[in-house]
Amino acid sequence: MEIPYTVKNRPDTGVYNGKLGIWLFLASEVMLFGGLFAAYVFLRLGAPEGTWPNGLMNIWAGFGNSIILLLSSVFVTKTWASVKLNDFSGFKRNLAITMLLSTLFLGIKGYEYNEKFHHFGAFMKDPASPVGWSLQVTGHLLENPDKEDTQHLLLAADAYQPSDWASAPKPDNYHEIKENPALRFAHPGIEITGEEHHGEPVLKIAKDQIFRSSTFVPKYNSFFAIYFTMSGLHALHMIGGLVIFFYFWTFGSKMFHTNRAQFANRIEVTGLFWHFVDLIWFFLFPVMYLM
Amino acid sequence: MSNNHDKHADDHGHHELGFWQKYIFSTDHKVIGIQYGITALVFLFFGFSLMMAMRWSIAHPGEPIPVFGFLIKLLLGSDNASAQFANNIMTGTLYNSFGAMHGTIMVFLAVVPLAFGAYGNYVTPLQVGAPDMAFPRLNMVSYHTYWPGGLIMLISFFVPGGAAKSGWTSYSPLASIADHGQGIWHIFNGQTLWLLGMVMLITSSLFGSVNLIVTIVQLRVKGLTWFRLPFFTWAQFITAFLLLLAFPPLESAGIMQLMDRLAGTSFFLPSGLYVGGQALEVSGGGSPLLWQHLFWFLAHPEVYVLILPAVGIVAEIIACNTRKPLWGYKSLVFAALFLGFISFSVWAHHMYLTGMGTKVSTFFQLTTVIISIPSVIILTALMISLWGGSIRFNSAMLFATAFLPMFGLGGLTGIPLAFNALDLYLHDTYYVIGHFHYVVAPGTIFALFAGIYHWYPKFSGRMMSEFLGKLHFWPSFVCMNLIFLPMFIQGMAGMHRRWYDGGASYELSQAFIPLFQPLIPVFNAFLEAFGKNPIEGIRAIDLNLVMSWGAWLLALAQVPFIINVLGAWIFGRKAGDNPWGCTTLEWATPTPPPHGNFLKEPVVYRGPYEYSVPGADKDFTPQDEPPKS
Repeated sequence: MEIPYTVKNRPDTGVYNGKLGIWLFLASEVMLFGGLFAAYVFLRLGAPEGTWPNGLMNIWAGFGNSIILLLSSVFVTKTWASVKLNDFSGFKRNLAITMLLSTLFLGIKGYEYNEKFHHFGAFMKDPASPVGWSLQVTGHLLENPDKEDTQHLLLAADAYQPSDWASAPKPDNYHEIKENPALRFAHPGIEITGEEHHGEPVLKIAKDQIFRSSTFVPKYNSFFAIYFTMSGLHALHMIGGLVIFFYFWTFGSKMFHTNRAQFANRIEVTGLFWHFVDLIWFFLFPVMYLM
Repeated sequence: MSNNHDKHADDHGHHELGFWQKYIFSTDHKVIGIQYGITALVFLFFGFSLMMAMRWSIAHPGEPIPVFGFLIKLLLGSDNASAQFANNIMTGTLYNSFGAMHGTIMVFLAVVPLAFGAYGNYVTPLQVGAPDMAFPRLNMVSYHTYWPGGLIMLISFFVPGGAAKSGWTSYSPLASIADHGQGIWHIFNGQTLWLLGMVMLITSSLFGSVNLIVTIVQLRVKGLTWFRLPFFTWAQFITAFLLLLAFPPLESAGIMQLMDRLAGTSFFLPSGLYVGGQALEVSGGGSPLLWQHLFWFLAHPEVYVLILPAVGIVAEIIACNTRKPLWGYKSLVFAALFLGFISFSVWAHHMYLTGMGTKVSTFFQLTTVIISIPSVIILTALMISLWGGSIRFNSAMLFATAFLPMFGLGGLTGIPLAFNALDLYLHDTYYVIGHFHYVVAPGTIFALFAGIYHWYPKFSGRMMSEFLGKLHFWPSFVCMNLIFLPMFIQGMAGMHRRWYDGGASYELSQAFIPLFQPLIPVFNAFLEAFGKNPIEGIRAIDLNLVMSWGAWLLALAQVPFIINVLGAWIFGRKAGDNPWGCTTLEWATPTPPPHGNFLKEPVVYRGPYEYSVPGADKDFTPQDEPPKS
């Protein structure tokens, strides 16, 4: 028993089975990411005015990654062309470059993630506020030299000083807080110490005055929630693609010599998937980094 | 092709497939179809059992469950039993858990896998004349991601706190904050396992739907043009598209709810949420409506996933047993296509109560009314197909015929729900339960039974007993109506759908139902004749007894079916290749079909329903019969 049209196109539909299959799969992927983009729209439109965080992302890292992915798409196409041209060493080389580029992408993504995991923010208690807090302080956690003191945190200023965003539930005094650091630190739980770190005062924060606090992980706010979910799912797709590429590069490459036509189809289909993963990134980049 | 076949046979002469490859990890679409069928039937029975336990709590609140109580206790394990099932009395929590799992299991683990996984897998490739599915190995993977999904759901009954209890709709914020345990039970709890199970099921259905569409598009044999496809294949084709495109948004919602539960995000948690008098320490700013939109974006097309294969099965059986062409075959196809298309834009009619705004409600009210048009076309075409036929009422045809009024009742009672103003009153009452159960239970499930009776000879090579079939049908038909018809009355009387005590502690359910008041003198005349005390009226809560007994009797009515399915496999009369005299290609294979299906590649010369063609030498002309001269 043989399944027809695994290698050759069916004349009346003009495609082979795998190609139609991958297009259908990609259609469902569009709906999967579509659900998440819809969530992004819901969260962003639902946020009180002026509270959606901006400028938290490393634009250059994101831009570099876009270029890297674009290049990897070029090389996956070259890989397919090499198979079609019966150039085994070209196939190996181009696929290796594709894999290298995608690993580089994941490396940069990992660096970005790591950067986020090392920033800290605290939401200060406010019994008068309906949500239980009213001021947000972010920075870089310092080790407390006074080991006895377990009641306070030391927070140093860094690139993530609340420059564009500060107090979520009070849009009316938002600009005021932004311009006026004194007001920003006017919370009973926050003391300005004499020490400085990169030219800004080190803050001493009473733990019992903190409503909730964490590093910049998904639970920190809605922006990081959707950012980590979407870019994480995207990264999972990339890892999946990498595993398949690695298989074709090693064990799977036997088929190059035994059934080159079908092997070219496999590369083409994987390439289509790869282009799609790139395409998702080209939506993610402006939405998460620039807008 | 015949040469290929011989070569194939030789190949296997050298290494006969072992038990595991032949029956468990098979890539043969027929074996996978049967695997799906058996697993789904087991889940169907399990989901039904949950409901029977719930109906005890509704009819006899606060009383220990007789006989089966100890069985449930045994199944739940000591930890849960002591907490939730002391003295064999069902608590509200356990009732919620059973309710949520009844819905989930019936929809995602029983009916869809049976309608799409089993029938789609077994019958569709045969009907298009394919040797197998387009991607046989992917097909195997699909089954082997389906049953672990089900297993995860079953395991969730045994973790501390028990299975998910936020309804089959799993609405956030409730579902985002429910069930958190300590330590490892923070991850392994009912709701999280529900989400993990769903992700497996969605992945499985993704593989299945891609496979089925490619099979239908690419592997149709020569001569089988689009309008020569049997309607069943069309129905499966549209169903596959619904699954392909509607399920992923739920998967994305599932991922977000998992994030809410495990990573502490607030996708579905609004700011200022208080739990137990304390402000919840979450970032807030999420939208509970977002979950509902994403959920119903799947769950409405899902209704058509449940219904379309059923309509397909019924169409095949009606055409075959009336010995007439299907009336309006093309309009059926176009109606089904339109139905599939517009089913993507009606989802928010499940959300009129949420206050999403009148403009949005108006839009969805309009689309919902529009979608009733293709449904009515389908039902009408099937009914007219019966007209003037000399109908052969075998068991399959009985179930298929019963499908028409039952599905019709389910559909028509849905029309009032389309209207915003009426829905506000009826939404959380038993009326809605009655409505969708008429569509799915005596509707779809009857069609699935019909399919089993119709195709069983092909699956097994044996005929089922007609006597046992009728013994299955008539009590089932009566009991189904005993269960679901009173729901409309209760619903209109205002009975809420989630009372675990069946309304015993609510005044509303104690009021007499006005509908029955004119009949009370008649009842009393009867009661007096038998020397009993007269009654003043019938309360909504009294109907619970009728419905619950209907449910338990329905279980008894399934005994002949189980005996029939198992018994016929061994004792059944041998079936020929085409015992019912059907025209479509699945009957052109040997019985049961071998691996690779057709002895030689068929060629199609005609449409799917050429029954009683004037001048033909018999009353059916198979699709692969060449024209004369």
